[in-house]
Amino acid sequence: MPEEILTMKNIVKEYEMGNEVSTILKGVNLSVQSGEFLSILGPSGSGKSTLMNIIGFLDVPTSGEYLLSGRKMSGQEEKLLAQIRRKEIGFIFQSFYLLSRQSALKNVELPLIYAGVDKKLRHEKAAEMLKKVGLGEKMNHLPRQLSGGQQQRVAIARALINDPTILLADEPTGALDQKTGHQVMELFHQLNQEGRTIIMITHDVNLAKQAKRVVRILDGNISEEVV
Amino acid sequence: MIRENFMMALDNIINNKMRSFLTSLGIVIGVASVIALITIVQSVTGEMMSQFESMGADKITVMATGNALKSGLSTSDLQELEEIPNVSGVSPSVSITGSAGKRGTLLDEVSIMGKNETYFQKDTTELIMGRKLTALDMDGHTYTCIIDQDIVKTIFPNENPIGQRIVVNGQGYEVVGVRDTESNSDVMSGINSSPSSDGTIIIPYKNALSLSGSSTYSNVDIYLENTDLSDETNTEVEAVLDAAFNYKDDSYKIVDLGSILDTMNSMQNLLTTLLTGIASIALVVGGIGIMNMMLVSVTERTREIGLRKALGAEPAQIQTLFIIEALSLSLIGGIIGIALGLTISMVAILLIGTTFSISWGAIGLGIGFSVAVGLVFGWTPAKKASGLKPIDALRTD
Repeated sequence: MPEEILTMKNIVKEYEMGNEVSTILKGVNLSVQSGEFLSILGPSGSGKSTLMNIIGFLDVPTSGEYLLSGRKMSGQEEKLLAQIRRKEIGFIFQSFYLLSRQSALKNVELPLIYAGVDKKLRHEKAAEMLKKVGLGEKMNHLPRQLSGGQQQRVAIARALINDPTILLADEPTGALDQKTGHQVMELFHQLNQEGRTIIMITHDVNLAKQAKRVVRILDGNISEEVV
Repeated sequence: MIRENFMMALDNIINNKMRSFLTSLGIVIGVASVIALITIVQSVTGEMMSQFESMGADKITVMATGNALKSGLSTSDLQELEEIPNVSGVSPSVSITGSAGKRGTLLDEVSIMGKNETYFQKDTTELIMGRKLTALDMDGHTYTCIIDQDIVKTIFPNENPIGQRIVVNGQGYEVVGVRDTESNSDVMSGINSSPSSDGTIIIPYKNALSLSGSSTYSNVDIYLENTDLSDETNTEVEAVLDAAFNYKDDSYKIVDLGSILDTMNSMQNLLTTLLTGIASIALVVGGIGIMNMMLVSVTERTREIGLRKALGAEPAQIQTLFIIEALSLSLIGGIIGIALGLTISMVAILLIGTTFSISWGAIGLGIGFSVAVGLVFGWTPAKKASGLKPIDALRTD
């Protein structure tokens, strides 16, 4: 039975630029059910990155209400936001953001270190997650020894390691060629079929359309797209 | 968490070998100079002071020059001095030059010293043979003496001198002991005996006094129980002496090795503090170097910090990472500095020729300093890193 895991009511985000206040998000309403695969589609400057940052607790809205799994998330304190990110959000970035001197395994372990998981369990969980994304053989490889697609899969394993409520992907195929990009999308579909909620931010209409549901953001306003 | 941070810090330090090395060099030099200076100063001055102490730091020497009314200290004055608290004994010293010899051999330039039993109790040098003079020898009618090796060589070249008779300024004495010529390290008696003498003979002080033709003592050693209280005792000795000389000025002088030792002690402490202070400047410079490198590191790793934060690192966890890195840098520098400092001081002390002893205080200071430097100078960069906003940090290229 799908439940509403993300609810945004009238989210406004303003930035002060010198003396001027520019409104990036102009009252966004959004609700996401568990198990959904949602794309947020918008050109650059539309406010989609800001929306992603707010969904991912990297930033806080100026006003509005944000509920995650029914709980109101109004924490402003960086420590609290860090804890929410750790537990609820799995980030996937366009350019992977792996630690270049750490092996794939160590990279996947990183969120568990901050969660205070002990070393042995960390190893086991990270190894298991790497197998799941098809990199069981390359656990001890450094990022530069992996292809772009493989690096992104390490990043996906890292995002999944804390079993987050939402997998939040920002242009996940943006740095990949078409073929490997396609493989990454396959993995997303597979994860979604397993019940994982995925929110993907992109400017690519074709990519966005691979999701079950697409919302379009333009000029700080959000609108539902019928696929 | 600390362990992981430490591993990550080490990884980062190793990855930037040259930079890390140059950064810790400041700490290495700072700690090495603190350790070397403290160790060298302490062992050199320690050696000086122990030599000084053996020369008689536990006593006050009174030189009574006297005045028109009273030429020196009387026996009753000595008793009064002996009753002062913290005085463990009083030993008058009478020294004259006279002749000594036996039939056929006569030395006419012998320094004759009169001492009492307290002198022999306090004097730690062992006799080569025979016994010391005791209280029983001090009645003024016992004629016993201790001679030194020079006299043995000239007067008793092939005999056992103990029990032999020797004539000192016309009076027959029995030799009861022999001491080393060099054994008298006592500064004051070194001053009193003339260097050109044929040797030294020690006889009971009363006998020496009658030989000198005087009725008062001009040279008295006052032995202390506790050298820490020498200032207080000094004051009381002065009071007794002032009374003895009827409050006439310039009747006596006090030579107090203990208070000279105190002065030396405080000078040593001052010197150590001063040198440590100077060497600490190097540590501060080293600390600034660490701070600079950490600030560069924070800037370089802004995106990594953003990523860590996105993955759920709390500000305090980021701060810990960078503080541990700064701490590791300065501690590694500190350990190398301690090794270097000890090596330098060992070589220096070897060259100077005194004994080397590891100063644990200095090592503790070295470690303490480097930890403090790491914490103090790592704090600001770490705080800066922890305060970065994740979105700003991630956005950086």
